Amino acid sequence: HLSVLESYWPLCFRPLSCSIPLSQLKVKRSSSPSPSSTGWLRILFPSCSTSHLKLPSIMSVFAEVPQAVPVAVFKLTSDFREDKDQNKVNLGVGAYRTDDSQPWVLPVVRKVEKIIVEDQTLNHEYLPILGLPEFRSSASKIALGDDSPAIQENRVGGVQCLGGTGALKIGAEFLRRWYNGNNNTSTPVYVSAPTWENHNAVFADAGFKDVRPYKYWDAENRGLDLAGFLGDLESAPEHSIFVLHACAHNPTGTDPTQDEWKQIADVMNRRNLFVFFDSAYQGFASGSLEKDAWAVRYFVSQGFELFCAQSFSKNFGLYNERVGNLTIVAKDNENLTRILSQMEKIVRTTWSNPPSQGARLVAITLNTPELFEEWKDNVKTMADRVLLMRAQLKAKLQDLNTPGTWEHITQQIGMFSFTGLNPKQVEYLKKEKHIYLMASGRINMCGLTSKNIDYVAESIHEAVTKVQ
Amino acid sequence: MFLHHWSEYLNEDGQTFVPPLVWKIKQQIASDPTLNSEYSPCLGLPEFTRRASEVALGRECCAIVENRVLGVQTVGSTGAVRLGAEMLKRWYNLSADWQGPVYLSSPCDDSLAGIFEAAGILDVRQYRYWDAEQRGVCMEHLLQDLEEAPELSVIMLSACGHCPTGADLSQKQWKLVIEVMARRRLFPFFLMPAQGLCLGDPEQDSWALRHCILAGMELLCAQSFSHGFGLYGERVGHLLFVLRQNSPLLPVQSQVESLVRTLWSCPIVGGARLVTTVLSNPAHLAEWRDCVKSTVERCLLVREQLREKLRILGTPGCWNHLTQQVGLFCCTGLNAQQVDFLARRRHVYLLPNGCLNVSCINSQTLDYVAESIYLAVTSLP
Repeated sequence: HLSVLESYWPLCFRPLSCSIPLSQLKVKRSSSPSPSSTGWLRILFPSCSTSHLKLPSIMSVFAEVPQAVPVAVFKLTSDFREDKDQNKVNLGVGAYRTDDSQPWVLPVVRKVEKIIVEDQTLNHEYLPILGLPEFRSSASKIALGDDSPAIQENRVGGVQCLGGTGALKIGAEFLRRWYNGNNNTSTPVYVSAPTWENHNAVFADAGFKDVRPYKYWDAENRGLDLAGFLGDLESAPEHSIFVLHACAHNPTGTDPTQDEWKQIADVMNRRNLFVFFDSAYQGFASGSLEKDAWAVRYFVSQGFELFCAQSFSKNFGLYNERVGNLTIVAKDNENLTRILSQMEKIVRTTWSNPPSQGARLVAITLNTPELFEEWKDNVKTMADRVLLMRAQLKAKLQDLNTPGTWEHITQQIGMFSFTGLNPKQVEYLKKEKHIYLMASGRINMCGLTSKNIDYVAESIHEAVTKVQ
Repeated sequence: MFLHHWSEYLNEDGQTFVPPLVWKIKQQIASDPTLNSEYSPCLGLPEFTRRASEVALGRECCAIVENRVLGVQTVGSTGAVRLGAEMLKRWYNLSADWQGPVYLSSPCDDSLAGIFEAAGILDVRQYRYWDAEQRGVCMEHLLQDLEEAPELSVIMLSACGHCPTGADLSQKQWKLVIEVMARRRLFPFFLMPAQGLCLGDPEQDSWALRHCILAGMELLCAQSFSHGFGLYGERVGHLLFVLRQNSPLLPVQSQVESLVRTLWSCPIVGGARLVTTVLSNPAHLAEWRDCVKSTVERCLLVREQLREKLRILGTPGCWNHLTQQVGLFCCTGLNAQQVDFLARRRHVYLLPNGCLNVSCINSQTLDYVAESIYLAVTSLP
């Protein structure tokens, strides 16, 4: 019986034998809100008036919760999914795609997955709070280098986290509690202008009240605004926290040169600013692990204490296993020990202990020489495809004589390119050409394939010439 | 021997309990070429959250039918409690900065208070639950504390298998608790870390939850699939929202997404896929139920045998509570000195409050444990 309705059945109606078993009602679950209780009555008995019915008088404690603004990149993907056009192209979300526009499970990953599932000796207990030890050490080694003096001096530690986001989160929570005093929520946190939009939210939710931009992207010259960047470093209050992209800056794809990094490090050292690297693309950017880690290693060599949030989502293709590591470079081992003890307390109240599968996979790969070589090869495959797409897109735009310069497409590095297209042009591409990219003009190079690159190049040409 | 190998079910051989079914499915999943590693949706795989909600509430639950249930995959039950706490902090009852009070049972899982504190909810209090002298739940005090709690307080309740005492409420007792809570507008936040592993039946284990909903209340529930599926390392958790009306559902969902984005971005797919496979397939589901039932039977047997051995040894005191409690945990009622004696003299390690993990005891160790308890109680009364 429809017990839900019985409680609202008004006294003036004779009870009908409403004996439709619930299971036969063929209620379809949908994501759109389903009718309220009186709504149900209206559907089943359209001629009945419901205005006199007694409605539940207690409102939900969440009744006034406002709708949150949707995350732009997810909205883009869902719009893309709903688009029926056969030429549609998704240049939005940051995940690698093959030339067939498919996700790619790295061959080495498939191999190691088999090894893991066939290993009867593995225990299935919770991991330690800070994560799988062999993962933490090999992950930090990958960032800092095998021969890192800091590692040899035993002042490097790792906290296994839920992807790069988790590593940023744990680092941010620690800094809010223990950096620049105790629970100092007014320490300024600087993020690049522009940056991955989640940076703001992670630090704000960790309690920091003052999250500010530092100059980074020079829109006119389509490059790094070094003078502005250095200027903001000089004028930042001492002990401010700066979130730096280790390589393959998201969303601009524009990284400082080695020389520029040296200048940045110089100012940061002098002004006692805290370095928090975000390293989500090591290996993926240039194809070389060492090259992509140059900035992090340089800062360590200059004596900085720093945090580095590492993600293995992109370079291992393990997006949904949530594999990340927060590498901590401390002044000495004693400091490191105390820091890790506090990190444990923070992890315990966030997710208790991290997931095992992805960490095992990465650890086995990094610690087994043949697998390590195979992984580097797989990473290079991805990086090379991106480089090819960059070269081809630029060439095609130049061939079409598309107005403007397009050098930045091959000068930029990593998954993303800041094309320089303005919001109106982006809108044109979406509406008229079914090409989906971020309003900022950011495109994911992995969305380009040999099959769609001509269409995309022509469409960009159209947008640039028709829309100003 | 460690009788507080704390939070895991161990099988007869002292290994982490993993249903044989889980091995099979893991291998299937590993060799499935169609599965990729793409980011999952922020709130988890829809199939998983649907099944997780259904196993908790029953597929025909009016709240599900009326579309006023939101399910969110989380990183274990800790992640579920943390996410729930963060939501309460920001959105509970029109508050932009809700400070509590949250009531935890005395005793409770010692990480709970820290989770609320981490979310910025500082007013964390306790309600009386375990009576050490009676070695059971003291209903009188429990109800009194609920009567005196400020309206709209959030009350953490254990749906089944109370941690760390193992002492659960009977249906009759639940009805009394729920009546007070409904009348005083107290908000239930349930913990259900081991559905199926307490009374051997998932429906019975979630009775309290379902009764709350029949009583018209809204609630949160933090679920874990670690114990039931031996998926400790996979961190498969679920946070259930049951709302009074359907209208806040989408706004609440959108705010939860924002929060998840800054906690872990999106959850881990592996274990959730496995649980979904089991819960969606009638044959797998039947096999899982059987497996879970026999695990519970083993634990019940251990409890009975322990109680019996203590009786045979002539151990002073009443030991009925051992078999009255259910699930993984057992509060022996031993005091701190007795617990210390066990650790130092007999190398039997319990938690300081006298609680232990029943599954850590097997046929080889049962006699030794019983003798040890006997010695502790007789040398240090």
